[in-house]
Amino acid sequence: MKALLVAEYRQGKVQESYAELMAFSGILGAESSMFIVADSTVALPRFQGTLYVAEVSRYDEYNPEAHKSLLLDAIAQEKPDMVVFCHSSYGWDLAPRIAVREKAAQISEVIAVEDGKFIVPACNGKLRRTLTGKGLLTVVTIQAGAFSLDNLPDGIPNVVPVVGDYEGMATLLGYEEAKLGGVDLTRAEVIISAGRGVGKPENIVMVEGLAKALKGEYGASRPVVDAEWVTHNRQVGTTGLTVSPKLYVACGISGAVQHLAGMKKSEFVVAINTDRDAPIGEVADVFAVADLKQLLPVLTDKIMAL
Amino acid sequence: MKLLVCIKQVPDMESKFRIDADGVWYDRGDLAWRMNEYDEYAVEQAVRQKEQAGGDVTVLCIGSDQVKETMKKALAMGCDRGVHIADSHSYMKDPYQIAAMIAEFARDKGFDIIFTGMQSQDRGSGQVGVMLAELLDMAAITTIVDYTYDNGSVVVQRELEGGVKAKVKAALPVLVTCQLGLNTPRYPTLPNIMKAKKKELLTIEAKMLQSTDSMQKTVKMALPEKRVGGLFLEGEPDSIADRLIAILKEKTSVLA
Ligand SMILES: Cc1cc2nc3c(=O)[nH]c(=O)nc-3n(C[C@H](O)[C@H](O)[C@H](O)COP(=O)(O)OP(=O)(O)OC[C@H]3O[C@@H](n4cnc5c(N)ncnc54)[C@H](O)[C@@H]3O)c2cc1C
Ligand SMILES: Nc1ncnc2c1ncn2[C@@H]1O[C@H](COP(=O)(O)O)[C@@H](O)[C@H]1O
Repeated sequence: MKALLVAEYRQGKVQESYAELMAFSGILGAESSMFIVADSTVALPRFQGTLYVAEVSRYDEYNPEAHKSLLLDAIAQEKPDMVVFCHSSYGWDLAPRIAVREKAAQISEVIAVEDGKFIVPACNGKLRRTLTGKGLLTVVTIQAGAFSLDNLPDGIPNVVPVVGDYEGMATLLGYEEAKLGGVDLTRAEVIISAGRGVGKPENIVMVEGLAKALKGEYGASRPVVDAEWVTHNRQVGTTGLTVSPKLYVACGISGAVQHLAGMKKSEFVVAINTDRDAPIGEVADVFAVADLKQLLPVLTDKIMAL
Repeated sequence: MKLLVCIKQVPDMESKFRIDADGVWYDRGDLAWRMNEYDEYAVEQAVRQKEQAGGDVTVLCIGSDQVKETMKKALAMGCDRGVHIADSHSYMKDPYQIAAMIAEFARDKGFDIIFTGMQSQDRGSGQVGVMLAELLDMAAITTIVDYTYDNGSVVVQRELEGGVKAKVKAALPVLVTCQLGLNTPRYPTLPNIMKAKKKELLTIEAKMLQSTDSMQKTVKMALPEKRVGGLFLEGEPDSIADRLIAILKEKTSVLA
């Protein structure tokens, strides 16, 4: 079996996530080749195999139409059984375009492989689906962090340039970095996070209160930040911070993959949730099945009294 | 300007899910249904686009008869007309098949901007929007968290990993897939709910559209295996708090 892996390049750097693609194709026992739009004079992914390279100076870091056409060229040369992307802003943007052009199945956000079939989450992580493609080619995106190698791969690839006269329909105007600053959650030893289950902004103080009692910081899931109840520098997850405190307490947080990705390395995890089936249970050491509005004040008082 | 917004009806994610008799989907009985969260942002943005520059918003949904309830919410939020593609088996179709049905409806209608959600909460594939644009040969910009329209072009922010955003511009026609936090969806007001009742809601039978073969097969659906070791604390808050404190004292150093 042959897998063509699609590596990413952003803001002048090869993204290390290409190692996850290698780990995935390793599990499948596939022979790997890779595709990237990058600056070949600066740095390229290191691995043993064929690397199709299109020059970023010509095609830009973001130009889905051109990247799609270049990748289709690489697919035509390589004739893989599978094209593998990260389930990322680059991957979920490009993969469906390739699937349509190649009339291939696309299987999104694979978290595991079982007997050559792909397992993906459904319903915010509450269910698992097992899928297979029907055609000769299958397009796959893999969940961030689901597959990993102990070390970055090594070796000098055999570079095959890809070129073509491809235009785009959308133009990248520039990047905007996250404005962090103020509190640094990544250093906190205790983090108490508020999810949508807090119900209303006034209840954030309960979460903050417990954080104070435990001499920690409070964090939040994305909807709480989107609603502007808490500032973005406290958001935990793929589009926020990755934290690894000694204690993480998730209050009214369901445990969607994008949240888990940001906190699952915490040493000890407590979930407070009314829904016993909430997927946060997958990473929780202790799951308090309770209404946070009732439990948090009692818990905080008792800790203060210690 | 002609605007299209595609919405899906999904179960409330706090529901208790069971696997259906065939073992390939969740049991659809006994669930509360709502508009896919990502699609609420799409509807809101489409309505704002119309309020800014004029136009006509069509809301489209593929599904069984019950999806009309969700469509009515979109009409009450300000969409002008609804197109219901009646298909009681749509949940068994793969993203390509769904995109192909929408494309067939949309192809000769000349939509200037199409709004979809970034992903559906139940299937979470994030495919239908991009596939639709690909089938219609139009530009697609995914995962937008900011949107402005000016003089025939949209300028949006795409959300990337690690808090970085990319500013992207594209001329119409364009399809955008909407991410959480793009805007704050409005609540339909009572007068608007009443008005929505009079709006056109056209039903097209799925069998009137060309069918395409599915590209993938669901072998099974299952509940995740429960993690061993996770301890559940239940009962009165007072007793949960005492047990939790005892555990924290024993297992962590934070109360030392
Ligand atoms: C590309 C992308 C990036 C994303 N990035 C992030 C990210 O960085 N961080 C992030 O958090 N999310 C992120 N998300 C969103 C993520 O998918 C979820 O939508 C989000 O994490 C859900 O937040 P929540 O758990 O607070 O809310 P919900 O999923 O709505 O869960 C609320 C929970 O509260 C419980 N609850 C309700 N009432 C109570 C009560 N009284 N007491 C106790 N429990 C209660 C409910 O049972 C439920 O489990 C991203 C999504 C995408 C598509
Ligand atoms: N049955 C449907 N009817 C209309 N639009 C849909 C349907 N399914 C998906 N979509 C649209 O496609 C987006 C992505 O869905 P998905 O590819 O299933 O994650 C959704 O947010 C909707 O905007």
